Amino acid sequence: MNSIPAWFGFVLVVVAVWFGQLETVTAAPRHDAPASRSLSRDRLEWPSWDDVSRTLLLRDYNTRIVAIGTTLLGVAAGTVGVFMLLRKRSLLGDVVSHSTLPGIAIAFIVMEMIEPGRGKWLPGLLIGALIAGLAGIVCTKLILRYTRIKEDAALAIVLSVFFGAGMSLFKAVQYIPSGSQAGLNHFILGKAASMVSADVWIIAEVSIVIVAITALLFKEFSLLSFDEKFAASQGWPIFRLDLLLMLLVAGVTVIGLQSVGLLLVVAMLITPAAAARFWTDRLGLTTLVAALLGGGGAFCGVLISAMYPRLAAGPVIVLTGVVFFLVSMFFGVRRGIVVRLATHRQLKAAVGRQHILRALFEFLEPQCDPNLPTSPQLVNHIVSASDLRPMRSWTLKRLRHLLRAAERSDFITAVRDGGYRLTVRGAELAHRVVRNHRLWELYLIEYADIAPSHVDRDADDIEHILAADVVESLERLLSQRYPHMTVPPSPHVIDATSELTTRQSAS
Amino acid sequence: MNQSATLTVNEPQPRLVYGRYVVVGLGLVALAVFVGALRHAMIRGAWDAYDTWTVVTAALAAMACALPGVFLVMRRQSMMGDALAHTTLPGIVVAFLIAHALQQAGWISSATYDSWRHAAMFLGALLIGVLSAVLTEWIQKLGRVEASAALGVVFTTLFAIGLLLIRLQADQVHIDPDCVLYGIIETTVMDTVPNTDIPRAAVVNGLVLSANLLLVALFFKELRISAFDPAISTAMGINANVMHYALMAVTAATLVSAFESVGSILVIAMLIAPAATAHLLTDRLHLLIVISLGVAALSAYLGHLMAITLPAIVFTAIGYPEVIDTSTAGMMAVAAGGLFVAAALFGPRYGVISKALDQARLASSIIAEDILGLLYRLEEESGAAALATDQLTAMIGRATWPTYFALRGLVASGDMAVRGSVYELSAAGRERAKRLVRAHRLWESYMAKHFELPDDHLHESAARVEHFLGAELREELAAELDDTAEDPHGREIPPEQG
Repeated sequence: MNSIPAWFGFVLVVVAVWFGQLETVTAAPRHDAPASRSLSRDRLEWPSWDDVSRTLLLRDYNTRIVAIGTTLLGVAAGTVGVFMLLRKRSLLGDVVSHSTLPGIAIAFIVMEMIEPGRGKWLPGLLIGALIAGLAGIVCTKLILRYTRIKEDAALAIVLSVFFGAGMSLFKAVQYIPSGSQAGLNHFILGKAASMVSADVWIIAEVSIVIVAITALLFKEFSLLSFDEKFAASQGWPIFRLDLLLMLLVAGVTVIGLQSVGLLLVVAMLITPAAAARFWTDRLGLTTLVAALLGGGGAFCGVLISAMYPRLAAGPVIVLTGVVFFLVSMFFGVRRGIVVRLATHRQLKAAVGRQHILRALFEFLEPQCDPNLPTSPQLVNHIVSASDLRPMRSWTLKRLRHLLRAAERSDFITAVRDGGYRLTVRGAELAHRVVRNHRLWELYLIEYADIAPSHVDRDADDIEHILAADVVESLERLLSQRYPHMTVPPSPHVIDATSELTTRQSAS
Repeated sequence: MNQSATLTVNEPQPRLVYGRYVVVGLGLVALAVFVGALRHAMIRGAWDAYDTWTVVTAALAAMACALPGVFLVMRRQSMMGDALAHTTLPGIVVAFLIAHALQQAGWISSATYDSWRHAAMFLGALLIGVLSAVLTEWIQKLGRVEASAALGVVFTTLFAIGLLLIRLQADQVHIDPDCVLYGIIETTVMDTVPNTDIPRAAVVNGLVLSANLLLVALFFKELRISAFDPAISTAMGINANVMHYALMAVTAATLVSAFESVGSILVIAMLIAPAATAHLLTDRLHLLIVISLGVAALSAYLGHLMAITLPAIVFTAIGYPEVIDTSTAGMMAVAAGGLFVAAALFGPRYGVISKALDQARLASSIIAEDILGLLYRLEEESGAAALATDQLTAMIGRATWPTYFALRGLVASGDMAVRGSVYELSAAGRERAKRLVRAHRLWESYMAKHFELPDDHLHESAARVEHFLGAELREELAAELDDTAEDPHGREIPPEQG
C-alpha cells in the first residue's frame, strides 16, 4: 500500500526527465502571445461559438500551453497545500509570495550587471524569487525565535517589509537604461497570456518534481503534519522535513508568479486543500482530491479567461477555485453542509419518533396486565393526542407533527375521533426504545451515582444513540437485577411535570 | 531565562538596569548616525517644502493606521489586517462605480464629485471590513475550516473580484490599479487644498487620525478588556463580537484613507509594524499606543529620507548612476521593518542584546559564586586556600575568559583578595561563600529527606539550585529540616550568621 505513492513518484520523475529531453530535442515552436488580438477587444462580450470551440478544444497553441502550465501548477499547489493546511500554516504561503518580490528585482539587477539587456532571463528571476521567499520564511522564524512577537504579527511584518523593499527596488530599477525591465511588474498581478512554451516547460518540470517529492515522502509529511513531536521522538529528521516542505511551498509560489501573480498565488495553496477536506477524511484521498480540484480549477480558469480576453487569468483562476470550494463546502460528501444538515435532520427525526413511541408506551403501560408481556397488549388500546400531551413538555403542534410522522412511517394508525393505535411494528420499536431508555437509567443510577430523579434527562440525551452492542453489555450487567423482565420498570415517577422541574433545576 | 534573572536573589544587581539603558542609548545613537549620514548624502539639494509635506502626509497616514494596528496586534489578529488591506479593493472599486454612476445620472455635480467619492469609499470600506470578518467567521463555523485558511480563502476571493472589477470597468471609471495597490505619494502631495500648500491627502489622513484618537480615548476601557480577555469583557456587558466587528470596520476605513498615500499593500506595514515595535519596548497599553504613534511618524520620515538618498548611493556603487530615488511608500515599509529590527536588538527588556547581556551576567555571577564556594570548601578542608588563576580555571571547569572576568569582578567587589599571583577569600567573600554553601547543603538535605535519591545524585541538583536560594528560602528550608547542622554527606551546614 505504501509503495504506491513511491512508484507514482518514480514515474513522475521519469516523465519530468523525459519532458526535459523532449524540449531539447524537438525545440517546440515558440509562439509569443497574440497580444494584439486581446488588446483590440475592449468590451466584455459574449464569445462567438468559434471562440468557444477553439478554446475548449485547445486548438490555440497559446491557450494550450498556458492551460498545461497552470493546470500542473494547480496540481502541485493543491498537493502541497494540504500539508500546509494541516499544519495550520496556510498564510505562510502569503508571506513567501510577497517576499519573492525583492528577490526578483535583485536577480534582475544582478543579471543586468552580468550581461546588459538579458536581465529578464526567467530561470534566473525565479531562482532569485525562490531565495527571497525562503529568506522571508527564515526571517519569520527568527522573529518567533528571538522576540516576544506572536506568529500573526511576525507574518504580517515580514510580508509587508519584504514587499515594500521589493516595491522600492522595482521603482529604482525603472531608471536603469537597459529598457528590458518593462514587464517585470507582471509578476505582481500575473499575466498568463504572456507565457511562452519555455516558461511552461519550467513550470511543468518544477510542478512534477514537487508532486513527485510529495508522493515519495508522503508518509513522512503526514507524520510531520499530524504529530510533529511524536515524529521527532521516533527519530525522524523533523527540521529537514519541515525545511523541505517550506522549499516545496516556495517552489509552488515561484512557478505561480507568472500566471497568477504573487498577490494571489496563496489562493492556489489554500483553496483546493480546504475544499478537499469536505470530501474525505483520509489524508491520501484528501491530497488526491486537492490536486484534482487545484488542477481542475486552474484549467477551467484559464479556459474562461481565454474566452474573455478582458478577464485577467490570475483572478479568474482564483475565482474558479472559489466556486469549486463553495460547491465542496455545500455538497462535499464527508463534511459538506448539506450532508451534515441531512444527518442532523435524520437524527432529529429519529429522536422525535422515539420520543413519541416512548410516550405511547409509558402512557399505556399502567393499563396492561403486568403478568403478560407488554408489547403485544399495546396494540389493543387507543390513545389521543391530549392523552399524550402531559407525557412530555411538548407543544400540541409539535406533538401533532410527530404523530403524523409516526403515522406515515406506519408505527401508528389513525382511528376515529383523532385517536391512534400502535401497529405491531410500532409496538416492537416502542418496546425497544423504552428498554434502551430504562437500561441507561439503571446504568446511570447503578454506576454513575446519579439520583433517580435526574436520570430521565440524562438518559434522554443518550438513549437515541445507544448502539446494539452497548445495549447488550448493559443487559448483561443488569440481568441479575431483573432476570425475567424484557422492559425494566421505570426507576422514577413517569410524569411530565417532574420532568419539567428536573429540566429547570438542571438549567 | 527572564524568570531566572528575577530569581537571583543572592545579590541585588543594580547594574543590570543601567546596562539596559546603555543598550537603548547605543541603539538611539546608531539611529541618529544613520539619519545624519543620510541627510549628509542628500543629493537633491536642500530638503524643501515638498519633502516636508510628503513626510507630514505619510506620517499622518501611518499614525492613523498604527492606532487600530495596536489592537490588532494585541488581539493576535494581525493577519486580519493583512486580509482587510486586500479586501478593501473591491469596496473602493464599487464605491468609485457608484459615485461615477451618480455623477452620470446628474445627482451629484462634478464640483462635489470628489467629496462624494470619499464618502462612498469610507462607507464601502466600513461595509467590506465587516463583510470580510463575517464571511471568514461564516466559512470557519459553517464549513468547519481552520481559521487562517478561512481568512485566506475570503481575502483572496474578494481581492480577485476587486481586480476583475478594475479590469472590466477601467474605461468607465479611471482607477489606476498601480495607484491603489502601491500608492504614489509623490503625486498625491501635489494635489493641494485650493490656495494653500496643504495636500488634500494630509487633511484626509489628519481627520482620520483624529477620529481614531477620539475613538480610542472614548472606548479605551472597552478596547483594552475585549483585547485581552473576551470572556471577561462579555461578562462585563461589553460584547466582544461587537467590538471585533467595530474594530474591523474602523480598520478598513482607516486603510482606505491611507491607500492614497501609501498604497493598499504597504498599509499592512503601517498597521502592524509600529505596534509590534512598541510591543518589544513596553508592556503598558498607554505607552504602547504612544510609542507606536511615534514609530509610525518616524518610519514616515526615515522612509522618505531613505527613498531620496539610499538608491543613489547604492546604485551608483554598482554602476547605475542613473538611479536617483525610489518609492517613498516602499521605503516607509522598509524603514518600519528597520525600526522593528532595531527594537528587537536594542530593546531595554526584551531586546536580544539586553537578554544576551543578562544571560552573560547571570552566567558570570554563577561562575563567581562557584569560585567562592570552591575556595570555602578548600578552606574547610585544609584551613586556608589560595589559588592561582590557572588552578582555579582548571578546578571550576569553565572556559578561561569567563572565569577570568568573574575573578576580576570578585576582586572589584571586594570578595576576593589578591596576594601576589594567588587569590584568596576576603572576609566579606567568606560570608558570601558561607551563605552559598549553606544553601547548597540545605538543598541536599531537603532533597535527601523528601526524595529517595542516592547520595551521589544530590550534588548536581544542589549545584544548580544554590545560586537561586535567597535568605528567605534558606530560612524556610532550615525550619523544614529542624535546623539540622549536617548535610547528608555528614558535612557541617554553615550557620546563616557568624
